[in-house]
Amino acid sequence: MKLILVMVWSVLFFSGLAGAAGGGYTLSKANIDGTNAESLQRGAKIFADRCLSCHAATFMRYNRLVDIGLSQSQIKQYFIVDDSVKVGDTMKSAIDAATAKQMFGVMPPDLSVVSRSRGADWLYTYFVSFYKDEATTTGWNNLIFPNVAMPNVFSQEQGVLRAIYATDDKSSLSLERETQGSLSARAFDDSMLDLTNFLVFMGEPAAEKRKQIGSLVIIFLIIFAFMAWAVKREFWKDVH
Amino acid sequence: MLRPVMTWIDERFPMSKMVREHLTEYYAPKNFNFWYFFGGLAIVVLAIQILSGIFLTMHYKPDAEKAFASVEYIMRDVPLGWLIRYVHSTGASLFFVVIYLHMFRALLYGSYRKPRELLWIFGMVIYLCLMAEAFFGYLLPWGQMSYWGAQVIVNLFGAVPLIGPDLAVWIRGDYVVSDATLNRFFALHVIAVPIALLGLVVAHIISLHEVGSNNPDGIDIKKNKDPATGKPLDGIPFHPYYTVKDIFGLVIFLIIFASIVFFAPEMGGYFLEHNNFIPADPLKTPAHIAPVWYFTPFYSILRAVPPMFGSQFPGVLAMGGAVVILFLLPWLDRSPVRSIRYKGPLFKVSLTVFVISFLLLGYLGLKPTNIWGQVGGTDVATVVAQLCTALYFLFFLSLPIVSKLDRTKAEPDRVTS
Repeated sequence: MKLILVMVWSVLFFSGLAGAAGGGYTLSKANIDGTNAESLQRGAKIFADRCLSCHAATFMRYNRLVDIGLSQSQIKQYFIVDDSVKVGDTMKSAIDAATAKQMFGVMPPDLSVVSRSRGADWLYTYFVSFYKDEATTTGWNNLIFPNVAMPNVFSQEQGVLRAIYATDDKSSLSLERETQGSLSARAFDDSMLDLTNFLVFMGEPAAEKRKQIGSLVIIFLIIFAFMAWAVKREFWKDVH
Repeated sequence: MLRPVMTWIDERFPMSKMVREHLTEYYAPKNFNFWYFFGGLAIVVLAIQILSGIFLTMHYKPDAEKAFASVEYIMRDVPLGWLIRYVHSTGASLFFVVIYLHMFRALLYGSYRKPRELLWIFGMVIYLCLMAEAFFGYLLPWGQMSYWGAQVIVNLFGAVPLIGPDLAVWIRGDYVVSDATLNRFFALHVIAVPIALLGLVVAHIISLHEVGSNNPDGIDIKKNKDPATGKPLDGIPFHPYYTVKDIFGLVIFLIIFASIVFFAPEMGGYFLEHNNFIPADPLKTPAHIAPVWYFTPFYSILRAVPPMFGSQFPGVLAMGGAVVILFLLPWLDRSPVRSIRYKGPLFKVSLTVFVISFLLLGYLGLKPTNIWGQVGGTDVATVVAQLCTALYFLFFLSLPIVSKLDRTKAEPDRVTS
């Protein structure tokens, strides 16, 4: 069996801290661009096709996808499967809460603002850090979210990774590829960056508009500051 | 056109008289420096908070089932709702930045000294109200930090001997932080405390204008008046001189304000905490609960004091005492001079140590107590926090002696630049 080393993380848990989501893992930098509409659209498609099966995004309306360059008819055609769902509706999960609870033991969290609590780097690292682990109920585990209830939904694309422990006490592990996925490692990485990009957009859809307005406001204020300074200097000429 | 209108008003309301007394003939020392911007800025921030708060109230739902969602509704579906929300959240933090600098100014130039003791006390009560306002407001987004922060703070009242548990239930309106708590905090945040704040700000300004402004030299400008006009020689009318100067300062402040609102509204998790984007969950306690940055010096003091006789009350007392002791400042400082410019090395060292302790306490309050590791089973950070707590109180307790013993310089007769 040919093992290709794909990524190495040293996971150093302080005794007693194991399992806490604040371990000593290193996050990979998610190199994303919120102005790249194509990346956002690809991410949105992955999100709608895969994530919405179990997760919901109850604060996110389908028609908000207009902001990333999609038309209403495209949204209807490519993103909405159920005819009863309108473009103005928010993104509901395909499975109901009771079923989800039964399947995973916990309710899959709503993802509307997950990028704001977790951050882009965490999400991206999380997506690419699933590994095969027969000791868990799903058969999957994750480097930065130990014993997570979610299975690796992208194993088809990513292929299967396995943990190799460098030391006997399992304090340090690295991931090695066991089988190839349908996507190359590079293509899979890019798709997960697209997904991360979309999640960040969804966390704050107004973010790009915010920065645009902000630049104008700052330019106005800087001009105003010069004028205010000139007025001040003129008035203060007679103060000695 | 305007004159008959003004005459009509003046015969019925002292409009012109008030403008004269508080603006055009209010003589402020001509040597105000950088530190004198923050009083005016605090008023502007208060106005910004009230205005943005009114619009948030139009869309927010004070209901445990709907609060979190209504904030996201404001962020997404209300036109420019995100702007109003970020202005309000940024304003909350910058209010404290401005107030802390404003208070530090008083410390530098002895602005609390006689005859400005009551002015200082009004200011301190404003500060207390502001802390209450921020605390009540922070629960409203109903995120994990909102919820657990409120839980921790209300539980502090539970540490009061005898009446503690009942007191905590009385504040919460329930046995845990719940919908009842959210509703009353909303009422207090949007009505009760703002009314108190506005009244106190008026009292603060009236008493300032009664005794006149202090200045970086800490000397009394009323001692040197023009014999002909009776106006202070070192004073200039507040309007137009300080209105135009304060407008310039305000615009610079607004540039900073806007930079945060538009480009870094979370301010790296300090203004809007990351965990507060997770809806409140009474069954899931976060691993690390930290208050927002402006409370952390006092939170550090609370944590630094070990429980005694199985009670957290000593820590609570220390935390309360850290705020209350500020009220006594006018009577603790016995220096013959007001301003740091003429105070001696003892006071300067003492103030520096105090500022470093306060900042260090603030930093440590943001972090878990194990950040600096352990030595002999004790958290290093806890020991540092205990030392800083001692130094914090020492500044006040030693002030009567320090200010008496210190070698001060002679104050000038007239203000310097």
